[in-house]
Amino acid sequence: MKEEVRLMKGNEAIAHAAIRYGCDGYFGYPITPQSEVLETLEELMPWETTGMTVLQAESEVAAINMVYGGAATGKAVMTSSSSPGVSLKQEGISYIAASSLPALILNVMRGGPGLGTIQPSQADYFQAVKGGGHGDYHLIVLAPSTVQEMVDFVGLGFDLAFKYRNPAMILADGIVGQMMEKVVLPEQRPRRTDEEIRKQCPWAVNGRKGMRKRNVVTSLELESSKMEVINHELQARYREIEKNETRWEEIDVENADYLLVAFGSIARICDKARELAAEKGIRLGIVRPITLWPFPTEAIERAAQGKKGILCVELNAGQMIEDVRLAVHDNLPVEHFGRMGGIIPSPDEVVEAVEKKLMNK
Amino acid sequence: MKEEIIIAGFGGQGVLSMGKILAYSGLMDDKEVTWMPSYGPEQRGGTANVTVILSDEKISSPVLDKYDIVIALNQQSLDKFAPKVKPGGILIYDTNGIHKVPERDDITIYPIDAMDATLEIGNSKAYNMVVMGALLEAMPYKLPMENVIKGLKKSLPERHHKLIPLNEQAIEKGRELLRK
Repeated sequence: MKEEVRLMKGNEAIAHAAIRYGCDGYFGYPITPQSEVLETLEELMPWETTGMTVLQAESEVAAINMVYGGAATGKAVMTSSSSPGVSLKQEGISYIAASSLPALILNVMRGGPGLGTIQPSQADYFQAVKGGGHGDYHLIVLAPSTVQEMVDFVGLGFDLAFKYRNPAMILADGIVGQMMEKVVLPEQRPRRTDEEIRKQCPWAVNGRKGMRKRNVVTSLELESSKMEVINHELQARYREIEKNETRWEEIDVENADYLLVAFGSIARICDKARELAAEKGIRLGIVRPITLWPFPTEAIERAAQGKKGILCVELNAGQMIEDVRLAVHDNLPVEHFGRMGGIIPSPDEVVEAVEKKLMNK
Repeated sequence: MKEEIIIAGFGGQGVLSMGKILAYSGLMDDKEVTWMPSYGPEQRGGTANVTVILSDEKISSPVLDKYDIVIALNQQSLDKFAPKVKPGGILIYDTNGIHKVPERDDITIYPIDAMDATLEIGNSKAYNMVVMGALLEAMPYKLPMENVIKGLKKSLPERHHKLIPLNEQAIEKGRELLRK
């Protein structure tokens, strides 16, 4: 059967994708520009079809702790918010990571700091990639650039979260959340049965019925020697994820003189800039990190070889540029171009920035 | 084929839904489409705009600052977007409430009285479809009407499907405005 192509906002697509994945529960609290996630779920009423729970919590903090609880029982659970709301969730996210639990968190970024603006931003890169909450932990961070990727990354995010028992984050922005484009939804998957969850998640606290040893889910360990062991285990897992799950996309890298590095919807603005620059005889290539953590360090190092310079284009004051500079060991000029506060740069501005910052025009 | 279009006006003029119907019509005609709205407080009383791109090929940036076609439905939008029509492009604007007309001779300009035409139909809600008619007539890419109807069906909830003939009539009215 040919899949139906539909037109959907990124936020709506997330809701549909969650249901299709067989997600067990969504816990959220409305905030622009991602309120359509919760609204669409309420409209679709999946509790009457797949049995998925949809709950508007009393706050972002409550929602993330509901996710913590649900995840501890081996359920596929998620939450979504936008920048200020995601800040509120950070304590819970750190606990979930420390407890080695799978969960999916969506951040549709808006301009900050503070309550900021409701317009698009990418200023939560550091928060998502470097920690956000306290302690040495990492989220698997996926950056969608199309509405189709919003759909695909719900499945990928949950799959990776369960494979590595580690929370995953979809780091989107107001553009990809609010825009509509073509999507093909995956087939409806049934939610896992209790039996399947027991098999997939032998660590889950879902009633032992005298069958096995007691499972404990906690992030607390007061004995330092044991806490260090837990940290070593986490770090070993992060190395494993770095080895297996780094993802990126390259466009026209081989023929380029200069590289643009950008993630999410901004990579598409860069792609348009690449077309415009070509008309002027400037050859640009693009590396788009798809996983922001693990970061495609080696791919960028490889792509940079023989190039004259790199421009990092981000909706922030310069965050991902730090990881790009580390990747290329400052062997070539690496400059940043970004707009802040909800302003989106035009493709022309990106070309101008290349000329000014890398070509000294 | 690629049409990069922005529709701008007051919140409540049906700008976003017109963009949605246009995007769905393109989808029905097997085109790649993106629909990118301005969102938030702008929608409530202020200016609202939506960028719609229709293309044979994969669409890169959904956000642009130069357009093949600009549709401006109030003075603010006209002031803001008339300079952003690509040379050789098209500008359609509603003359209602416009006191300062654009001065460009490198583009094709169509002033239309869409409000008046809407009143003739007798349903003010059809305003955006009159504008849509003008756009369909002016656009170099000829979107087949059957796919526009399919687009209408896709973007309107079932309970509003009875309004499709009215919308068709409004689109035809808009086309006539441009032929004049």
